[in-house]
Amino acid sequence: MTAALFFEQLLNGMQFGVTLFLMAAGLTLVFGVMGLINLAHGSLYMIGAFACAAVAAATGSFWLGLVASIVAAAFAGAIIEVSVIRRLYDRDHLDQVLATFALILIISEGCRFVFGSFPLFLDVPAILAGPVILPGGLPYPIYRLSIIVVGGLVALGLYLLIAKTRLGIRIRAGEADREMIAALGVDIRTLYTIVFALGAGLAGFAGAMVGALQSVQVGMGEPVLILAFVVIVIGGIGSIKGALIASILVGVVDTLGRVSLPSMFGLFMDPSAASSIGSSISSMLIYVLMAVVLIFKPEGLVSQNG
Amino acid sequence: MRHLKKFAVSALALTLAASSMAYAGGAKIGMITTLSGGGSGLGIDVRDGFMLAINQSDNKDVEVVIEDDARKPELAVQIADKMIQSEKVDILTGIIWSNLAMAVVPSVVAQGKFYLSPNAGPSQLAGKGCNPNYFNVAWQNDNLHEAMGAYANAVGYKNSYILAPNYPAGKDALTGYKRFYEGDLAGEVYTKLGATDYAAEIAQIRASGADSVFFFLPGGMGIAFMKQYAASGVDIPVLGPAFSFDQGILGAVGDAALGVKNSSQWSNDLDNDANKAFVASFQEAYGRLPSLYASQGFDTANLILSALDGADVKDADAFRAALKVAEFDSVRGDFRFGNNNHPIQNIYVREVVKDGDVLTNKIVGLALEQHTDAYAQECGM
Repeated sequence: MTAALFFEQLLNGMQFGVTLFLMAAGLTLVFGVMGLINLAHGSLYMIGAFACAAVAAATGSFWLGLVASIVAAAFAGAIIEVSVIRRLYDRDHLDQVLATFALILIISEGCRFVFGSFPLFLDVPAILAGPVILPGGLPYPIYRLSIIVVGGLVALGLYLLIAKTRLGIRIRAGEADREMIAALGVDIRTLYTIVFALGAGLAGFAGAMVGALQSVQVGMGEPVLILAFVVIVIGGIGSIKGALIASILVGVVDTLGRVSLPSMFGLFMDPSAASSIGSSISSMLIYVLMAVVLIFKPEGLVSQNG
Repeated sequence: MRHLKKFAVSALALTLAASSMAYAGGAKIGMITTLSGGGSGLGIDVRDGFMLAINQSDNKDVEVVIEDDARKPELAVQIADKMIQSEKVDILTGIIWSNLAMAVVPSVVAQGKFYLSPNAGPSQLAGKGCNPNYFNVAWQNDNLHEAMGAYANAVGYKNSYILAPNYPAGKDALTGYKRFYEGDLAGEVYTKLGATDYAAEIAQIRASGADSVFFFLPGGMGIAFMKQYAASGVDIPVLGPAFSFDQGILGAVGDAALGVKNSSQWSNDLDNDANKAFVASFQEAYGRLPSLYASQGFDTANLILSALDGADVKDADAFRAALKVAEFDSVRGDFRFGNNNHPIQNIYVREVVKDGDVLTNKIVGLALEQHTDAYAQECGM
């Protein structure tokens, strides 16, 4: 592999990692602060993508679609929190898994009911279409580059929100001791709704950005959800910083593994078998990474208690 | 006296009707197809095409029972059992996916029922596992890929980069392409099934020095690949089977698909009367252009109707013979079955074009003429 190709794959890995981060950030907040396993997080991602595609198709503006994706997903998240999730905080995780799994089915079929079963069209805006030439003569899609930048900005914004604002202090306090913060007069119910809607909005935003690159269809959220769970386990549950580190790590390891393993096996096997075995092993790679991290750091890379 | 006259008239009418229709018996048809979950667009198209033909037919004694398999093999098996045992259907059809077909078809034909496949064509059922009661009205799975391999030779590609998901149909696809393609391979890559990010593969394609890219990525995978490929600025020509460029998907891929060559046994501009009537009536009935899958559903229903015209479905030998001769106006033009009950047919090369605002395909050439699948000799029929 040449240096340029390696660098390009590194960028691809980062971009993949950043989109994972947008999903994982909400998931880890909800899981860390509220102690809730939310399988329907992938459905919020899908809602974002569908809202963006529908609004972009109706108005012709991708940017309005992007705004709509955040609003729609956050709104859906708030409704779900008030109507369903709120009743689940005191239940055990199995009940939460069952209820949020039911939400996946309801939202998926609801989406199909409204939008039909054919994938929707959503393309990157004209200003971000096509490649840009990076230093060193490497062409790289502008849109992917912008995803990396936007993801970085969101990470920074979340850090400032959690570390520097009153809302952030309350979120951290709610994570540490739910009863005490309620006793101090903070409206914990509203706080939870806000956190859930924030996470949902981020997921919807990720869905819209990725939807323009991939395909907007029913069921698009579930594969990402699984990876997002891997990310929050590696990163340490409840930690935004951990989620950022872990998602970049997972993105880079997955991408580089996918590229280099088949050619490594190709050194001592015939190409067809090498490709087949290499791709099978590379798809396990992030789970191997997760296992290794958990052996040495059972609480994840960034532990909340340490 | 008045009564008698009335009786006489209706008797006369009956005789007239009977003599003009020769014989058109009824039948109960069970359709198991994917109507919900991932890939339901394909099942919906097959169903709509099929029901269009049934509704257009004069034969009002055909009853169709439709159930959704949600793309789950175990569910498809349950539905098949129920349809045979309690619904007492004579003919089954509808399955989209090869893994579901493999779970259902062998037991259905073993119970003496007929199965007509409107889509899946796994190699096992074309070769050693062929059965007199199993008819494939679409294609054997490898066919469209083989056609693209032949086309790559014809236009002189010498260094193809080939790409498919890591699952049986993906491997069959690349095998099919390589069976006909004579040039070198710049790379052969199996991606994770369901993957939607192809940045890494596209970077490798750019670096590989290939002169063509052949890919088989059904459904959302193909949409994602084409959009990302177009955005990457790589301009190596892309080839693929019709599945990633068919009517249901083109809208979601958008202009990124323009100009791509793909192989298909059918296209909506195929010049024959049956096809023109089909495209027009499908658009009128459903308000959209028909897809490859809709055309296959339509042909399947018309094949069944043509066989019912001459034979009673309860007389298995006569009905089987009537299916085998395939005396119906296929939307593909000529249609006939080979020894293994799979079609021998032309496979065309289509190009994605823009017709007004709608992306669609037009035929630009013939890839394989009267093509027989590679497994026909292995079949003992």
